Amino acid sequence: MGHDVLSEKPQLNLFESKNAPGRKPLKRPAPREKVPSSRRKKGGGPLTAEQMGAQQREISVAEFFTKNRHLLGFDNATKALLTTVKEAVDNSLDAAEEAGLLPEITVEISPLKGLAGARSGTNGAGSGKNGDPNAPERFVVAVTDNGPGVIKAQIPKIFGKLLYGSKFHRLRQSRGQQGIGISAAGMYGQLTTGIPTAIISRTGKGRPAHRFEVLVNTQKNHPETVTDEEVEWELDHGTRVEIALEARYQRGKHSVDEYLRQCAVANPHARFVYRAPDGEETIFERGIEDLPASPKEIKPHPYGVELGVLMKMLKTTKATKLKAFLSTDFSRVSLAVASEICDVAGLSQNAWVSRIAREDADRLYQAIPRVKIRKPPTNCLAPIGDEAIKAGLVKEFEPDFVHAVTRAPSVYRGNPFTIEVGVAFGGKLPGDQSVKVIRFANRVPLLYQQSACAIQKALGSVPWRNYGVQHPKGGLPVGPLVVFVHFASVWVQFTSESKEAIAHYPEILKELRLCMQDCGRVVGRHIRRQKRIADAEKKRSYIEKYLPHIGIALQEILDLTDAEREEAFLRLIGILNRSRKF
Amino acid sequence: MSPRKKSVAKKKAELDQVVTGAIHEVAEEIHGTIRADEQPALSFPIRSLKNVKYDPKVGYFEILGQTSERTLTVNTVKSFAQTLRMMSLSKLLVETDDHATKRDAYYQSKNWAEAKFDEQAESDSVMDDIEAMFSVRGVSREQLRFVPEEHGGAVAGELIVIDQDYDTGEPIEIDCTRFGSGAYTVPSDVEHLEFRTKAKFILAIETGGVFDRLNRHKYWDRANCILVAMGGVPTRACRRFIRRLSESRKLPVYAFVDCDPYGIANIYRTLKVGSGNAAHINRFFCVPNATFLGVMPQDIIDHDLMAATHKLKEVDIKRAKDALKNDPFFKRHMKWKSALKQMLKMGVRLEQQAFALHSLNYVMDTYLPGKLKGRKKFLP
Repeated sequence: MGHDVLSEKPQLNLFESKNAPGRKPLKRPAPREKVPSSRRKKGGGPLTAEQMGAQQREISVAEFFTKNRHLLGFDNATKALLTTVKEAVDNSLDAAEEAGLLPEITVEISPLKGLAGARSGTNGAGSGKNGDPNAPERFVVAVTDNGPGVIKAQIPKIFGKLLYGSKFHRLRQSRGQQGIGISAAGMYGQLTTGIPTAIISRTGKGRPAHRFEVLVNTQKNHPETVTDEEVEWELDHGTRVEIALEARYQRGKHSVDEYLRQCAVANPHARFVYRAPDGEETIFERGIEDLPASPKEIKPHPYGVELGVLMKMLKTTKATKLKAFLSTDFSRVSLAVASEICDVAGLSQNAWVSRIAREDADRLYQAIPRVKIRKPPTNCLAPIGDEAIKAGLVKEFEPDFVHAVTRAPSVYRGNPFTIEVGVAFGGKLPGDQSVKVIRFANRVPLLYQQSACAIQKALGSVPWRNYGVQHPKGGLPVGPLVVFVHFASVWVQFTSESKEAIAHYPEILKELRLCMQDCGRVVGRHIRRQKRIADAEKKRSYIEKYLPHIGIALQEILDLTDAEREEAFLRLIGILNRSRKF
Repeated sequence: MSPRKKSVAKKKAELDQVVTGAIHEVAEEIHGTIRADEQPALSFPIRSLKNVKYDPKVGYFEILGQTSERTLTVNTVKSFAQTLRMMSLSKLLVETDDHATKRDAYYQSKNWAEAKFDEQAESDSVMDDIEAMFSVRGVSREQLRFVPEEHGGAVAGELIVIDQDYDTGEPIEIDCTRFGSGAYTVPSDVEHLEFRTKAKFILAIETGGVFDRLNRHKYWDRANCILVAMGGVPTRACRRFIRRLSESRKLPVYAFVDCDPYGIANIYRTLKVGSGNAAHINRFFCVPNATFLGVMPQDIIDHDLMAATHKLKEVDIKRAKDALKNDPFFKRHMKWKSALKQMLKMGVRLEQQAFALHSLNYVMDTYLPGKLKGRKKFLP
């Protein structure tokens, strides 16, 4: 859920200015710039500080969201549907994997029965008017998983409260990160249809299944339970979440269909069942039966922290002395390295952490890049793996040839990351179009903003022509090729708040290019081999077909005997077979 | 058998000997290369305006030495085999004293199993290659017994053509004044024809329309000339006919075509000096004696014909500019350069039939007699 919201400035400020990790970040003070301008200007003449103060009040996160829903991927009715499915599926995958279960996920989208289409005015997506054929309709999205389930007490909070979850406080690779996504989707549904989010969950065989209907109190960011009952449910364990919302369903590049298809490629250990609004059912079967390795949590690496984070860590650390703080709260900082940082910063190794002032923290911050520190550990990353990528590509594209490369982890700004590239070539893939690029960040498909993404840039910089693939200048290569790119990191840096394109860091671009080149070379070998086989076949058939005619013509013109003709023919076979020229 | 007939037959047999000898020679060379276990190759002269030079003293586009090699490889094996089989067909035609058109050859190839041609375009191109290859050895396509399909245009006027009976070799005299409203048709092979005439010049006309008018009014009688209708770009037979007629009877040739880049740069230029694409045969098929009677751009002004003009089309302008820039013939003659530039400046073209603006017989009564009084002014 909302796995990348960390890159959003308003949310970021929200946490870091006020709330230490581990505390529930419920409310935020209203920073001046966030006060709606209408309030400031009302009433004509200049206001006193007191008058202004009277107007200043807290804004709940939920209220903030209702005004800024585009930040979370609810900018329009089409995207709202995709985002809702995506948040639910991400949660389901994360939960099942963490519990060591092979995910089995059913996604159903059906028209909302018994209610007319969307009313204009409540249309949160901001498009549709009555009579507009593009006006959003109302749908019910239901996502069911075979995960560990959620205990009864937690259900309302997880689904009815923004910023509640287990993932934000850990530096670990996972799909969701903040605990905003699913409750935001529920709130969007609630805003556009008035219908609460319905949840069924069971935590194990023999235990009761609970059904909840939950609304978000948007003023208080607090869950309000509408229904709470025990029900019969066919699954031994798992969770089903049902959200009614205004949305627009379409197929194509940015559709739920495409999202699930790509999900199935990147998660070949999962099985997906998808029922589209028209009732069509698609099943994405498993490609492999092994769960991916579980990623480890890591401490932050000094190269990756910003000054504000460093100060916050100084405030909340359990260590008392500076050297101990550095060596226990960061990864790859030994006592020796800690001493060196202190020395470079000109601070005492035994300085009390609680006494470090802003200026000292800044000196410490400035000192860090000047000290050589080992790269962060990379066991926090869980790449998909060559075999799994290949299985996923074979399953979905049925190519002639498939190859995948997982690069050794690398680091940008103290964040470990690893690049994986898979290529599928030939088979039923169309040969006259630009290659299909499918992008993933932490196994989540990225469907929007392909051209702004580092992956696209790296792809264009690879010398595809050397590998026997057409490559128009300044464009994408053309051919029966699918390029799969997975960017795995504890922290995915996106270009913007829309969180759909990976930022162009030189380290990232370099790793992407190297990885694509590794794959490209192997595809090139395959293409050349195919050509050699085709050439050899052509040679053989041409020799059979046309060489005898040279013999016949020579015989006719020169009055050769049959034996002479045969000799010329045999010599010609030898000449052509020896010839390297085609 | 008359002595004349004998000499004709002997000459023909000698010529055939040269042709089969040349074919044999090429095949022998290839066979020798194969026996030495080396890749055989065929060599063709390159046919384009870039591989010709023009010297007015020689009078036609001469082919330069550039050649392309076709080495036997997997990719060339098919056309290599087809070329050899086509040569073999030519040898057979000579030996049986027969001939084949391009279309005939295409159908003959259907006996060659896998080596057959799928489209006539393929067999035409192989035939062109063979023609080019043998033209270097002094053998023409007609001598290879591949004859053009198209006939060579219409002839009328004070001219006796001496042909011969195909079976007996008896001479046949054809009087070109006696076709009434029709005309004598140039045959596809003109090498054996002989001529008798008292005419003073040959008028080579682009269109059948003007030819018919002049023929019907016996303009050839009035002007004491021979009329030839080329019907667009003259066929090889037509060019060869005019060339042989003008050379054997020492007659000047005056070209009368439309005043547009096609009439000048394609029809007239090809008639006089040949073309780039057929550079290897220009020496047989050019008419260096030809000069350009009209219609010249200046004639449009002199004869007050602006009302009958059409605007130059995009393709006309391109063709004219291309002629000025790339055509060795026009580049060599200042008079032509200024005439083409004048046309581009006026921006119009005129068809030769446009004299009908003034009166139907204006062309015959006024234009041609006027032009013929100032033959020095004809363009080269």
